[in-house]
Amino acid sequence: MEIILSAAIGVLTASGVYLLLRPRTYQVIIGLSLLSYAVNLFIFSMGRLRVNAPPILEPGGVGDLSRYTDPVPQALVLTAIVIGFAMTALFLVVLLASRGFTGTDHVDGREQRSE
Amino acid sequence: MSDWLHHLIILPILIPLMVGAAMIPIDERNRMIKGVMGFVSTLVLFVLSMVLMRASASTEGFLAGTSVYQLGNWPAPFGIVLVLDRLSALMLCLTSGLALAAQVYSIARWHTAGHHFHSLFQLLIAGLNGAFLTGDLFNLFVFFEIMLAASYGLLLHGSGPLRVKAGLHYVAINLAASSLFLIGVSLIYGATGTLNMADLAIKLATISPENRQMVEVGAGILGVAFLVKAGMWPLSFWLPTAYSAATPPVAAVFAVLTKVGIYVILRLSLLVFGANAGVSAGFGQTLLVVGGMLTIAFGAIGVLASQAMARLAAYSVLVSSGTLMAAIGLGHSSMIAGALFYLVSSTLTISAFFLLIELVERGRDAGADVLAVTMEAYGDADEDEEVDEAGAAIPGTMAVLGLCFCLCALLLAGLPPLSGFVAKFAILSGLFGLSGAEPAPALSAADWTYVTLLILSGLSAMIAMNRVGIRTFWASIENTVPRVFVIEIAPVVVLLGACIFLSLQAGPTMRYMQATADSLLDPSGYTQRVLTAPRVGGQ
Repeated sequence: MEIILSAAIGVLTASGVYLLLRPRTYQVIIGLSLLSYAVNLFIFSMGRLRVNAPPILEPGGVGDLSRYTDPVPQALVLTAIVIGFAMTALFLVVLLASRGFTGTDHVDGREQRSE
Repeated sequence: MSDWLHHLIILPILIPLMVGAAMIPIDERNRMIKGVMGFVSTLVLFVLSMVLMRASASTEGFLAGTSVYQLGNWPAPFGIVLVLDRLSALMLCLTSGLALAAQVYSIARWHTAGHHFHSLFQLLIAGLNGAFLTGDLFNLFVFFEIMLAASYGLLLHGSGPLRVKAGLHYVAINLAASSLFLIGVSLIYGATGTLNMADLAIKLATISPENRQMVEVGAGILGVAFLVKAGMWPLSFWLPTAYSAATPPVAAVFAVLTKVGIYVILRLSLLVFGANAGVSAGFGQTLLVVGGMLTIAFGAIGVLASQAMARLAAYSVLVSSGTLMAAIGLGHSSMIAGALFYLVSSTLTISAFFLLIELVERGRDAGADVLAVTMEAYGDADEDEEVDEAGAAIPGTMAVLGLCFCLCALLLAGLPPLSGFVAKFAILSGLFGLSGAEPAPALSAADWTYVTLLILSGLSAMIAMNRVGIRTFWASIENTVPRVFVIEIAPVVVLLGACIFLSLQAGPTMRYMQATADSLLDPSGYTQRVLTAPRVGGQ
């Protein structure tokens, strides 16, 4: 499970960074989204991977920490998801405004001259 | 009574948040109502931050020294805490002062350029104040995002292709930096199991070697996120474009945005990686020194090469950031007080300069500055123009603007007698060990390079300001006298007046800064207060 998760984070990050460096605004926004997925998974994994362990206390199970998983990273992930989602939406608006002003989807607002 | 006064700590976050939210349903046509609400809010904040600064500087009484506010009444390592100490009180004061000036300035004209200016402005202040007050790493991230989200909106205020393009780059780089922030925070949490800064400082001293490595990696990644905000050299190419594209009142507040990055670096490097950190003490200092010096050099060259005044101001932001980064990185404890003085003085100056630029440039054709620099290279076109009517009266507006510009130039270049000079002198005297009883430390090559760069950056600012000033104010003045409202020039005068006040009261100010630096250099007081703060209403 650890290998699958770390591979997933790695692939998402690599694709995200690659797309982030591309010249089209749409590629940049997809890159940022992939990057934020990778980051969210990464935060989650920092609470260590546990199977069949709830993050909230069960009645009668108080005091035995080994039966629970760390709840803090899950709370952090929730916050990060919400903020990341809002920022992506905002970036989308700026992207459309830029497209409207310049008529191109190049990040610099103008096409590179061909050689 | 004292219980009630305790809540003053959270007010710098709550007031702008509430006022900003309350403004949203008000119709955009009633802009003046929003303007007055915003003005009252920032005025209250300014008075409040003064009260907090006085309180935290006192040795006894309410909120003396470091005080802790437990959100939700949970004790420190488990709940999120707000911490008020001398440094955060100082930053609150600086922010609200700048905000007040920019707020008054915006009411004259600029708030009509787009929607929801005042709401965004209040939210930006809420985010800034939160970032200065919080004692928790993840909470810091949340306040950073509040601040950034508002700053995206404010940068785009006024719209136009130039601002949208600058905004696109600004948003993209900050989203990427936020990802790094999250990775850094979660690495630190994964290794130490805490997000509280004070708790982290204590845990780091007794951590196992493999976890220490992870914390250092996390801190490094976290540091990159802050250095993007602060504008360290290879990470700062977005800054001049974004800052010069922003509307003047926005740019004036953005001057303090880079200082948030500096603040966090200063806070964390002295608290977590200070003298008590064992093996990790002084982590990342080399990078800060090298990066800071490269930033000074890049900024100084940029200042010289700038054709428009707004870009000149934006590059001055970089010079100021670089000076502070390198001063923190050099790690001489005697320099910290001087660096704090420089932080306040340079932020006030640059802010005033951003406000002034638009007033000076109003009524001039856009290409004038570009032309001025080009003319320098190719010889003057109107050199042989007749100079008639000896002693033409200088219009009053131009005289005031010119005087303000002169003051800005003196402050940016760091020439006596103003606070720019006092600040640089304080940094250098700290470096040479002139001030303290301790014997002068042997200076390394890095120290000498820093001294050289600091003085050269002042020279480059002087040259650039001279050139721009001569072209602007000694040029022919027929029909280009800008129309300026009193409430536009007043904030500039007040900000520069604050710098003059700093120069006149340099002694008491330096004593405050020295006490701040001392409390930062001995973080045990901070950690103890945070971790042993009692809950309200007993256990």
